[in-house]
Amino acid sequence: MPKIILHAPNGALFTVDAQIGASVMETAVKHGVPGIVAECGGALSCATCHVYISDAFIGLTGRADDFEDEMLDDTAADRKPNSRLSCQIRMTAALDGLEAHIAPEQ
Amino acid sequence: MHGSRAASAGTLIVGAGQSGLQLAVSLREGGYTAPITLAGAEAGGPYQRPPLSKAFLAGTVDEDNLALRAAGFYTDHDIDIVPASRIVTVSPDRGDGGSALIDGGRVLRFERLALTTGSRPRRLTVPGADLFGVCYLRSVDDAGRLRRLLEAARDVVVIGGGFIGLEVAAAARRRGLQVTVVESSGRLLKRVVAPPISEFYRQAHEKRGVHFRMGCGVTAVHGDGNNRVTTVELSDGTQVAADIVIVGIGVEPRIELARQLGLDCARGIIVDDRAQTSIPSVVAAGDCTVQPHPQYPETLVGLESVQNAVDQAKVAAATILGLSRPPAVVPWFWSDQADLKLQIAGLSTGYDEFVVRGDPATESFSVLYYRQLRLIAVDAVNQPHDFMAVKRALALGVSIPAAVAGDTRSSLKSRMGASDQADERLTVGVRP
Ligand SMILES: Cc1cc2nc3c(=O)[nH]c(=O)nc-3n(C[C@H](O)[C@H](O)[C@H](O)COP(=O)(O)OP(=O)(O)OC[C@H]3O[C@@H](n4cnc5c(N)ncnc54)[C@H](O)[C@@H]3O)c2cc1C
Ligand code: FES
Repeated sequence: MPKIILHAPNGALFTVDAQIGASVMETAVKHGVPGIVAECGGALSCATCHVYISDAFIGLTGRADDFEDEMLDDTAADRKPNSRLSCQIRMTAALDGLEAHIAPEQ
Repeated sequence: MHGSRAASAGTLIVGAGQSGLQLAVSLREGGYTAPITLAGAEAGGPYQRPPLSKAFLAGTVDEDNLALRAAGFYTDHDIDIVPASRIVTVSPDRGDGGSALIDGGRVLRFERLALTTGSRPRRLTVPGADLFGVCYLRSVDDAGRLRRLLEAARDVVVIGGGFIGLEVAAAARRRGLQVTVVESSGRLLKRVVAPPISEFYRQAHEKRGVHFRMGCGVTAVHGDGNNRVTTVELSDGTQVAADIVIVGIGVEPRIELARQLGLDCARGIIVDDRAQTSIPSVVAAGDCTVQPHPQYPETLVGLESVQNAVDQAKVAAATILGLSRPPAVVPWFWSDQADLKLQIAGLSTGYDEFVVRGDPATESFSVLYYRQLRLIAVDAVNQPHDFMAVKRALALGVSIPAAVAGDTRSSLKSRMGASDQADERLTVGVRP
């Protein structure tokens, strides 16, 4: 199982096992990682699953589509070049070790 | 703080859905140390319903993806899940607390009780309504069955042009099936949106090949010798071929247990803005409740949304914990139909005018609702910026004047709090 390493807003570090095909958001929420709110449960409707992807993985996660891109413009925490909505990133074997910081506000 | 007494029976949450789960999570987050028992009728743990009429029907999401938490979460947080357990009776003790009886005979004791029993689909009552092929959509079992039936179907009739009906119609159409939506009123989504949104959705679905029979009731469902549905008969006497009939005519809150307890109920269990029922030690949250309208507290509203289920559960948890009420949040909702994403912020009930922003023909536009010149809600179709801007404005308590809201040359975000110049109004509509 690929692993995801998440830095919670309070500084705590979580390493969680992901199912191939499950989203980063889904994996984090199911394991009780704090900081990802995910009000819409992954429907790309709430922008409360905002994370910053570490540089090493930014090329591997693909790019936000137009709708996600627009949603990211209005997130509660600042948008950065490595901002993504974590419900839109599906885990693959290549993403093993994916590291991200959860946005301080959702 | 509650729960320090080792002997406390803790909180029993009846209904392991979106709201029940959140209540359990928020209690633990708030420092509750007494037992938490989450009893649910389903065999598995709490799961999300919205994908059932969307990605799950389309086949891109499976049952595993729907679970709201991993199995280990409940043990880690000391939440006692009691699955496959329908509570049939709740009896209060003379003092605090009471006990609940599961239909298998087991008894669960509680000190505090929370009802998060959700709602059930309204049933079709015409002759033939129990024929094979007549479906409802509430649970993952319903959705699994419907998905299998759709694989072998050709003609689908959807009764009801509400959100679930239209989402299912879009999913069936995407599979290439013949789809007819029967709606008894003159327009779609009538209870919740303004005419331009209703009209837009009718045209958008028609363009994608869905047929509509507006203003028509269903008088009977007919079947063949094997009791399988074959046609739906409408109030104008016409018949529409069907091998599946999907009924989406609204929901009814589950209030049986509340009535047993003698709680005040209207359409749903009446709660105040602290999620408290008429018996102060009993809280209720989610689809099973009606609550004071956030703007007009003298009227009661039932809000059937994930957002309400979650936020009301947080309020209920604070009430049990004896903490102050979490700040009010802006109600919001979404619906995915084909490639159209609708996002709604605020409650448009009681609007007196609306502004259309953008051209519906582009399939990307929004409608802003006003009451006495004050912004109260938005319906945004493929227009996330408008949704986010209005949601933020409502949270901050600032308006976006109707006079400028229709002007797409500037963003709504940049117009928050601007002054109103009524003479410059663009495309303002008045409530029908
Ligand atoms: C197909 C579909 C699509 C939807 N789409 C959206 C959407 O896009 N956006 C949105 O915001 N909302 C949507 N909703 C609505 C949303 O899912 C509900 O508002 C939400 O699930 C309500 O949560 P709840 O906890 O109140 O009820 P539920 O999630 O229904 O949970 C109630 C639970 O209580 C259990 N229960 C009831 N009585 C008993 C008893 N006596 N003993 C034990 N258990 C009991 C039930 O079995 C159920 O599991 C949709 C709903 C459906 C069905
Ligand atoms: S969970 Fe709502 S947008 Fe990602």
